[in-house]
Amino acid sequence: MGPLNANNPVVVQILGICSALAVTVQLKPALVMGIAVTIIVAMSNVVISLLRNTIPMRIRIIVQLVVVAALVTLVSEVLKAFAYDVAVQLSVYIGLIITNCILMGRLEAFAMSNGPWDSLLDGLGNGLGYAIILIIVAFFRELLGSGTLMGFHVIPQWCYEHGYVNNGMMMMPAMALILVGCIIWVHRSINKEEKK
Amino acid sequence: MKWLYNIVEKLRPTFDKGGKLHALHSLFDGFDTFLFTPNTTAKRIGAQIHDATDSKRTMIVVVLALIPAMLFGMYNIGYQHFLATGQEAGFWATFAFGLLALLPYIIVSYVVGLGIEFTVAQWKHEEIAEGFLVTGFLIPLIVPIDTPLWMVAIATAFAVIFAKEIFGGTGYNIFNVALITRAFLFFAYPTKMSGDKVFVRTDGTWGWDNGQALVDGFSGATPLGQIATAQDATVALHNTVGQPLGFIDAMNGLYPGSVGETCVWAILLGACLLLMTGVASWKTMLSIFVGGGLTAWLFNLSGIDNAAANTPWYMHLVLGGFAFGAVFMATDPVTSARTECGKWIYGFLIGVMAITIRVLNPGYPEGMMLAILLMNAFAPLIDWCVVKVNINKRMKRATLK
Repeated sequence: MGPLNANNPVVVQILGICSALAVTVQLKPALVMGIAVTIIVAMSNVVISLLRNTIPMRIRIIVQLVVVAALVTLVSEVLKAFAYDVAVQLSVYIGLIITNCILMGRLEAFAMSNGPWDSLLDGLGNGLGYAIILIIVAFFRELLGSGTLMGFHVIPQWCYEHGYVNNGMMMMPAMALILVGCIIWVHRSINKEEKK
Repeated sequence: MKWLYNIVEKLRPTFDKGGKLHALHSLFDGFDTFLFTPNTTAKRIGAQIHDATDSKRTMIVVVLALIPAMLFGMYNIGYQHFLATGQEAGFWATFAFGLLALLPYIIVSYVVGLGIEFTVAQWKHEEIAEGFLVTGFLIPLIVPIDTPLWMVAIATAFAVIFAKEIFGGTGYNIFNVALITRAFLFFAYPTKMSGDKVFVRTDGTWGWDNGQALVDGFSGATPLGQIATAQDATVALHNTVGQPLGFIDAMNGLYPGSVGETCVWAILLGACLLLMTGVASWKTMLSIFVGGGLTAWLFNLSGIDNAAANTPWYMHLVLGGFAFGAVFMATDPVTSARTECGKWIYGFLIGVMAITIRVLNPGYPEGMMLAILLMNAFAPLIDWCVVKVNINKRMKRATLK
């Protein structure tokens, strides 16, 4: 359970911020992105963990990249086939999962020195930890920025008639950064003992 | 004053440690030192500098300096309203209309901002910082009069928390809090912060004068808005009912705009007070006008085919928030550059940036807010460079062996 809370990749290790800012305007792409990253981290962790004894140390980054790239391409094709709208919304960010710091970090730090089962769990945990933050940020951004959740209007019409206006700032990456900051703030004040 | 002092002293034990209302002691301290010199002064050991001017009194001077602009802003709100609806109204009716329109903004801004300040002060067991006195006064003056109140409340809360408290409270903020409020409103609710609908109160206030028909040819666009949306390379500025607007009219300030920014005379009056009391730096102010005027003049000469570039340089200095920003926003001692030489650079660059944004980015008719915020971010760097240069100069002069 470590990566979900106490060692969350986004709010504690501050990894993967760039994609967290880019894909969280709406809840749906954020959800898909979270799932995609979880799958890719878990799978690549397993693969690298299985190969870890045969990979020469000097070219390990290249090997890791090849594995990740293959998985990303796979996920990208699946998305294009079954969820084209979301794939278009996520556009380049699916491809950029390759460069996501969480991935390389987990491969280097964990999969290279642990067995496949542990690596699978580690990958799942970190992917889900990333997904949770993405979903929280996207929830607030979509709710306050466009008044919808998963594309459905949740803020009733009479609010708009009485002068409510969607917050355009929420649509901008700057606000996502501030939201991530708030989550970190809340997280740190709950987990006080984690601080060094 | 004696009776006030007696009341305060009588109440003091209630708020001391062990007293009934100890939880509110920071509130009490705040009001106490707001009214009187603090009881606790520096010890009589060593060399100390005594000065009766603490930051609260500095703040009060700024608030006093803002009052002419505010009073004029109130009058202008009423004036624009009655002009737009084609009615004749006496001076006091005009002023009262504006007063009633502006009052809710002042109250909302102070209640929200001070509420957060007090909460944080209680929570961190600190004295109440006085910084919000000025900020709360500035916020109503820099928003269009038709901004919904709840937006002002949200933006104020956002600015006080994220631009001030997380940096450590008054005196530690990097950016001017009032401008962050405006920037938040500007980016979050662009439809309510620009355009030609929001700068004139066309509807009534508190049910007074509701539902009046507008006169023919009414246009609520600010002069800078007219410049930004102009089709031709030159634009004839006009006020709300289509009469031409010249330099002196722009100085007099009876045209639509954010509440406090229109009348240059009122701003100059405030500037005089700030300069005489030494609260604001004349170097910053002067260099902003020099930088802005020079940039606008260069754009005049450059022959760029755009209405903002062809607006005469002296008009740029008196239209929109340029004067207001230069006098009240950029000179904020916390967020501006502190070294004397740095103030020249800081001010000059604000002027340059403000005019550049106005001219080259049609999306932002007013560049002053963004220019000041941008230079707020660079002020520490400017200071650092100035100090470094000075050190190097002295190092060269010194004969080190």
